[in-house]
Amino acid sequence: MVNFFLLILIYSGIYALMAIGQNLITGYTGMLSLCQAGFFAIGSYVTAILATSLGWSLWATLPVAALLSAMFGVLIGLPTLRLKGDYLAIATLGFGEIVRNVLNNWDSLTGGPMGIQRIPMATIFSFTINPYKKWAFLALVILIVVISYYLFERLGRSRMGRALQAIRDDEIAAASMGINVTKYKVWAFAIGASVAGIAGSLQSVFSLSVTPNSYTFMVSIMVLCMVVLGGMGNFAAVILGAFIIQLISYFPQLTGLSSVIPPQFKQILFGLILVVMMIWRPQGIIGVRSYRVGQKKSKAKGAK
Amino acid sequence: MKLLQTEKLTRAYGGVMAVNEVDFSAQEGLITGLIGPNGAGKTTLFNNMTGLDIPTEGKVFFDEKEITGFPSHKIARLGIARTFQNIRLFKEMSVIENVMIGRHFMTGESPHKKRLTNMFKSYFFMESEEALMLENAHKWLNFFDMDEFANEDAKNLPYGRQRELEIARALASNPKILFLDEPAAGMNPQETEHLMDTIRKIRDTGVTVVLIEHDMKLVMSICDNITVLNYGQKIAQGTPKEIKNNPLVIEAYLGKEE
Repeated sequence: MVNFFLLILIYSGIYALMAIGQNLITGYTGMLSLCQAGFFAIGSYVTAILATSLGWSLWATLPVAALLSAMFGVLIGLPTLRLKGDYLAIATLGFGEIVRNVLNNWDSLTGGPMGIQRIPMATIFSFTINPYKKWAFLALVILIVVISYYLFERLGRSRMGRALQAIRDDEIAAASMGINVTKYKVWAFAIGASVAGIAGSLQSVFSLSVTPNSYTFMVSIMVLCMVVLGGMGNFAAVILGAFIIQLISYFPQLTGLSSVIPPQFKQILFGLILVVMMIWRPQGIIGVRSYRVGQKKSKAKGAK
Repeated sequence: MKLLQTEKLTRAYGGVMAVNEVDFSAQEGLITGLIGPNGAGKTTLFNNMTGLDIPTEGKVFFDEKEITGFPSHKIARLGIARTFQNIRLFKEMSVIENVMIGRHFMTGESPHKKRLTNMFKSYFFMESEEALMLENAHKWLNFFDMDEFANEDAKNLPYGRQRELEIARALASNPKILFLDEPAAGMNPQETEHLMDTIRKIRDTGVTVVLIEHDMKLVMSICDNITVLNYGQKIAQGTPKEIKNNPLVIEAYLGKEE
């Protein structure tokens, strides 16, 4: 039972990383992107391939995964930048599916539908972070989530964060105030993608095998749910959102009701959460902003 | 000196000439009015001068340099700021943050190799740049007498204040020229009166002002120079007095006598 709860926490952490990235893209910049799963997959496969075929350690593959995801972020960001709202959502959704299909079919590199097995465990100073002994792995995940949270929180409060919010609120006004909208959007996309890539790396050394089927569109939707549930534009809130969503999705197993509740119940519940949140609390459970210029953090108020 | 000038500027949408070979100019340090009936092409002309739209033909000069077809963020950086007919504020951001955005492009532009050291510098030294931005933003809020609203969300301001905030944001970018697109729209007579004082005050700080306005009282009393558009064409240009007596202008507004 404890072990199972640890598993949920680890997955919460991995998904929290993706949600943090999604929050920068959607919560801050206002771009409805639906391809975190794609970047997640790229990160996973980079680590899996480099670790199995070249014997690289996790620490060496992590930056490569982040960079490559960011590169794909730029690649998908540049042409789709002009698109707004639902159009961007569809284009990015397509990208996520393309990634999965490539992984499914590029047998020589990715092992096709079978994926890649026997990924070496992560080590730190000759100490093996064995995913079956979950405490150590949980510590690793928490460490990375905390670091990312800190960096993203600072990014959000910086002039760049302010520019991104300005773009979200009014692109035309932002451009006429001298903000290079294209540049910032691409950056937001790349940074959001890179952290999803890191999440992917962690995922592959956690499950020790990767298959294309773990990177479906549902993953992107789950990440979006986390952001909406927690509160757009608030990094702490999306981490909480990630935890709640994970808890919900493992609810049948957690309560021992998995024989009664069909696995599809997850999807129904996510849909329900999105609808309920949109109607009654569109700003998420925690609220929108954690920080405001010229105000102490404690005084910052959520939206009414 | 002509700070801003267009040369035979044309913007066609298909066969419709929204702006047709207009030679517009704004003298440095003066208030220039741009008037004309609805649909005359005033806002289109504005958009073409501020980079939101690209002219089909013709040229735009600012400070004697050609800026035709520049993207709007580049134009803003040259010292051209504007407001919008339908207010475009950053609604979810606080008032002070809105004004700080005005100064955004002046900050963080360190040479690339210094980026990294700046990152750490800003961490350890209380973000002096940020403090400067904040100070400047407060200065402009003070100019508009809206200090009390600094931490409000922009969307919660009363309408007249939103218009002022938009001007404050534009001024925070330290522009040489300020374009105001119908600044008095929706204001009551007292507010308009107050706005006129403000615009004069802005001019007195050395900013050249160009404004589109339908309120003739405002236009006639504060503009030094007026350009009249009708059906995309310039039909008159001159001092308020000349414009008032120009038969073409009267015709455009009131129709021809039968």
